[in-house]
Amino acid sequence: MSERILDINKLSVTFGGLHALRDLDFHVDEGEIVGVIGPNGAGKTTFFNMISGMVAPTSGEILFEGKSLLGLDPNQVTARGIARTFQNVRLFANMTIAENVMVAQHCRTKQGVWGSLFNTRAFRQEEREIREHAEKVLGFFGTRLIGYRLEQPASVLSYANRRRLEIARAMATKSRLLLLDEPVAGMNPMESAELTGLIGKLRSEWGFTIVMIEHDMNVVRDVSDRVVCLDHGETLAQGSFEEVSSNPDVIEAYLGRPLEKKTT
Amino acid sequence: MGGVTSFCSRLEGVREGEEALTSAVRAKAAPRTGVDWFLLLMRVVLFSVIIFGFFAFVWQQFDSNNPLARQINPDATGLKSDQVKGLFVTGLSQGAMYGLIALGYSMVYGVLGFINFAHGEVFMLGAFSGFITSTKLDQAGYWEGNAFIPSVLIAVLVALVVSTSAAVIMERVAYRPLRGSPRLIPLITSIGVSFFIQNTVIVLFDPGSKSYPRPPDWMTDQYSILSFDIEGTKIAVLIVAALSMAGLWWFVERTKTGKAMRAVAEDREIASLMGIDVNKTIVTTFAVGGAMAGIAGILWGLLFRSVTATTGFLPGIKAFTAAVVGGVGNLGGAMAGGVSLGSAEALAPLVLLEPLGINGASQLRDAVAFTLLILVLLVKPTGLFGEKLSADDRA
Amino acid sequence: MSDLISNDMTEDGSNELVDRGAFDLDWNRVGRMGALAALAMWFVSLSGMPVDLDSRAIIDPDLSLGYLALVVIPVIFGWLVGNEVVLEGMAATKRGPRDVVAGAAVGLLSGLATAILLVLINNFDIRDPLVNWSPDLLSLLTFGRSNAFGIFVWLLLSAVLGVAGASLRLLAPRIRRAIIVVLVSVLSMSIFQAVIDDLFGAIDPLIDLLYAKTGGLTRQGAIVIAVVSGGLSLTGRGRIKAARDDYAAKTGPERTRQTAIMLAITTVLLIVLPFFTGKIINELLANVGIFLLLALGLNIVVGLAGILDLGYVAFFAVGGYTTAVLTAARPGESWPDWLPHTPWIVALLITIVIAAMVGLFIGAPVIRMRGDYLAIVTLGFGEIIRILFLSDWLNGFFGGAQGIINIPAAEFGFIGEVSGVSPRSVFYLVLVFAAIAIYASWRLERSRLGRAWMAIREDESVAEAMGINTVNAKLMAFVVGAVLASFAGAIFSAKVGSIFPSSFLILISIIILVVVIVGGMGNILGVIVGAVVLIGILGGPRQPGLLTEFSEYKLLIYGALLIWMMLQRPEGLVPNVRRSRELHQEEFLQDAWLKGEVDHDDGTPGDGVDPDGGTEVAPA
Ligand SMILES: Nc1ncnc2c1ncn2[C@@H]1O[C@H](COP(=O)(O)OP(=O)(O)OP(=O)(O)O)[C@@H](O)[C@H]1O
Ligand SMILES: [Mg+2]
Repeated sequence: MSERILDINKLSVTFGGLHALRDLDFHVDEGEIVGVIGPNGAGKTTFFNMISGMVAPTSGEILFEGKSLLGLDPNQVTARGIARTFQNVRLFANMTIAENVMVAQHCRTKQGVWGSLFNTRAFRQEEREIREHAEKVLGFFGTRLIGYRLEQPASVLSYANRRRLEIARAMATKSRLLLLDEPVAGMNPMESAELTGLIGKLRSEWGFTIVMIEHDMNVVRDVSDRVVCLDHGETLAQGSFEEVSSNPDVIEAYLGRPLEKKTT
Repeated sequence: MGGVTSFCSRLEGVREGEEALTSAVRAKAAPRTGVDWFLLLMRVVLFSVIIFGFFAFVWQQFDSNNPLARQINPDATGLKSDQVKGLFVTGLSQGAMYGLIALGYSMVYGVLGFINFAHGEVFMLGAFSGFITSTKLDQAGYWEGNAFIPSVLIAVLVALVVSTSAAVIMERVAYRPLRGSPRLIPLITSIGVSFFIQNTVIVLFDPGSKSYPRPPDWMTDQYSILSFDIEGTKIAVLIVAALSMAGLWWFVERTKTGKAMRAVAEDREIASLMGIDVNKTIVTTFAVGGAMAGIAGILWGLLFRSVTATTGFLPGIKAFTAAVVGGVGNLGGAMAGGVSLGSAEALAPLVLLEPLGINGASQLRDAVAFTLLILVLLVKPTGLFGEKLSADDRA
Repeated sequence: MSDLISNDMTEDGSNELVDRGAFDLDWNRVGRMGALAALAMWFVSLSGMPVDLDSRAIIDPDLSLGYLALVVIPVIFGWLVGNEVVLEGMAATKRGPRDVVAGAAVGLLSGLATAILLVLINNFDIRDPLVNWSPDLLSLLTFGRSNAFGIFVWLLLSAVLGVAGASLRLLAPRIRRAIIVVLVSVLSMSIFQAVIDDLFGAIDPLIDLLYAKTGGLTRQGAIVIAVVSGGLSLTGRGRIKAARDDYAAKTGPERTRQTAIMLAITTVLLIVLPFFTGKIINELLANVGIFLLLALGLNIVVGLAGILDLGYVAFFAVGGYTTAVLTAARPGESWPDWLPHTPWIVALLITIVIAAMVGLFIGAPVIRMRGDYLAIVTLGFGEIIRILFLSDWLNGFFGGAQGIINIPAAEFGFIGEVSGVSPRSVFYLVLVFAAIAIYASWRLERSRLGRAWMAIREDESVAEAMGINTVNAKLMAFVVGAVLASFAGAIFSAKVGSIFPSSFLILISIIILVVVIVGGMGNILGVIVGAVVLIGILGGPRQPGLLTEFSEYKLLIYGALLIWMMLQRPEGLVPNVRRSRELHQEEFLQDAWLKGEVDHDDGTPGDGVDPDGGTEVAPA
């Protein structure tokens, strides 16, 4: 059994009277790909927001590599090794594609005013490494994001490519754990199939551990080792995809959105 | 219009939820970074100054020759209760004017989500047009005796017209084309507008300071109310401010237009879907804010009897401070903030700073006002009485 | 698609034109423009500009700056009335007599306004509030002759000028450009008279040909300049453009070399320049330099990090006061006697440290605030600092309202000393520091920190989620800006020799902001252009520019410029590519789409075919 890297106990948050999450227990082991599913408004994105430090939980405990993440600012969480993407793609639209990925390495690099003013060796060395890493990460998606694209602003990208760039940006933070919020939303079947393959590679070739929110059950089935279904801020079921998808509670939660049809 | 009311009340519920969210988001553990420690230290220092200053003041009141007082400022004698009352009344009346101006900031921020930096100039234009009207009336012999009250009313009317139109024109010319651009753009524009209006007045009417004509004696006499000796003009200021505030409250809470305003402040898009003419409502907001500033302008003229092109600057900034202290978007808060700020800046230098051995403390009045702004934002970023902002500004 | 691309979307390029009759106008719009022009006429007349600026000749007997302020109005509005928005896919109207009629109408309305004003001034006296409602204005408006003459001339002149403004639209773009170049050249040659006098004073015949003894261009001079500049514009434009494209197309070492050459030439010119110019111009150059330094610092804070700091003058003040306290013989009674009077250069080092600390001190509480609150709070800090310097409380340290006097010159050993007595030396000192500031801005923008600032400007919460410590990054911008401003303060106190709290009004913050915005936020070249044009021509808050007559009006003009820029060209004269993208996101995307740069999803949803086979090929 491999190391447990994320361990969440009794996590709750309320927005006014609304329990967006209630006593949630959750864990991720090193090298796992965990799929998080659940109907709209189940609290999945809120769950990510809480891990990444953007929303403070009302109660509960989040342990990453055995240490608590509570009270950390988002940038500190990222520095610890958790990076995320956003459901509603949030790129730096006016920065170039290369810059989008370069800036994500901020917390892994350290040259400051001094180095840049005097253009020291260390500075140049670091800039080169940042650039190389950026190109390497972008190269993961084939030729789509490199070459002449590197110097174009992110706003000219197509929707699918924006999603890819966002994943690249998260990869560039050199984190251990990636939180992907609906990575294939808005993609066509071809594209999502391709991305599904890439998500697998993220683990096998890059060594990331991944938690992924996804509504597309094909994707969830294809890559997840384990699936967790949330509803009304509570864990409804967890286990392998087959177990969860055949769980009557889950089917009921998805009522009006037949599960079988989606998995064809 | 019934739809609007129910829709407002529905939003009311959401709003509570979101406020809870902000507190959840901001709830932080003990200070961690250097910046946090520094801010904590800053708060501690500021509060210690306040507490220690107040302590020194109280002791000085009992025994003006106590060891502490001798230690820090042998010349200080302490304040007589009359002096404190006088300062308080001065602060109160000045604060009432800040409050009137602050209403404009608050309403515009509530509806458009930006600080209309030029609002201070709207106030100045009110004071200035009041000056012109009153001198003209004075030259014609109408600024005394029985004619005084009607004359003042005429001056108020002129100031109202001038300030309201200034605010409306401003909105039309400078701000409307910028709706939807990044937040700082209209702010910078409004700085330009402020600069432009100030200098327009300078070049048209020359930069010197202008004096309002002397009001009749019964206006400047002292009257004794509840053991406070108050100058007639100050009473007038307080009464007019209270009446205007009441009128505004009635307007916003009871009239159709006021309801539309509140709806637009909550969510512009939804309001327009509900059939509210958003442009018209925004113009109304500017107009009402301008009118309040115009009234404040006249009151300022009556109280201080002097106005220059730069009269609007400091009161403008302080009124903004008052709006923040009271919680931006919150009208009652704006008035409360104005009054607190006015009394704080009148009292604090002599009550808190002088006993600490700071000589010439009354020169630090403006500094006290700005420090209050910083302190409030440090301790309670949403103001003392809570913000009421539209949905997208809360994010 | 292809004709969409060839069509550059300007009104001149639209291929579908509707012909409309000469009087088939949008009379509503004409009336509105006319009313605006009339208001402008009144405003300018009553502001006193015509009378005050009349003493400054542009072309000696014919045109003074005062009249110019009036006559440009019909031209501008005549031009503006023809402005029409052509939506994509809609037909534009053909240019023709219609525009001329509209221009004439607008001009006539503005002339009518002047005529009415003239009559009013003649019959009523409201000089009491309106100080410029004066016989001087009347005589200026009537050209010193009878009222009837004045009315007649203004009606005619304004109509003609309105037509002139409108007809600019009828001309081929090439000719129009030439005309504008001619007008601008004549105007600037006249404005720059003092500089040119200094530079070419030795060549008497040239100066005599161009300039009148009493100031302003001579008629022949104006004609010569017009012919030369017009000729150059018609013949030379292609070449300039070619050179620029050539430079832009170059990459790698070739480009570096060219940049280096240009930089070297500029440096040499700047070093040589003050030897040829006189004291007044050198003083002006020094002032431009100081404001440039301030603007470069503010540019880092506002332009790069996106923090609107309205109390920026505080750092200028701190720099000035620290240097003054450290170097002056007797800064204030409360300083202990053993305090050494350090040389300027040592004081500068201490100043840097103190400014950085004040930067942290002011920055820490404000950095987490919403952008607009931050602006006002920094403004408050700026005032607090000035009030403290002014107060009796700290009188013993900073001299209160009397300030600190007898600040010695900055000594640089055998190289010499820098003081206000010799503006040239100040200019050199400023030049060195401006070079440092430019270098620093340039390096920082392209560094890890610069990228972090950019990201924060775009989306602060995402930047934070991507691992950027936004508080530290923003504080760093604050500190760097503070240090640059403190340089300016240190030089300022050595130059002026005495400083007072009134040298550090909030006004200065605003003027620096105008310089940065007019030049182009986030663009070093833009900031330089802004400082040279605004401070050089109009002048700083207390410092006269080339148009000394403008002193009373420059703040008015700064305000108007700020509004106008924000409404029309928020990215500034020399825009930063990214900034303009931010401000014109939609237009940018439209352009990119037209040029075929926007990428499309590599398959159409549903059919599952990937048309590009997953490989996108670069278009060039
Ligand atoms: N900032 C917030 N303030 C108030 N309520 C919120 C906030 N964020 C989320 N909520 C509420 O919490 C609940 C969970 O939202 P969340 O975005 O986590 O859902 P989700 O599972 O991601 O849904 P989806 O599948 O649509 O993305 C929703 O009811 C939402 O309205
Ligand atoms: Mg979600």
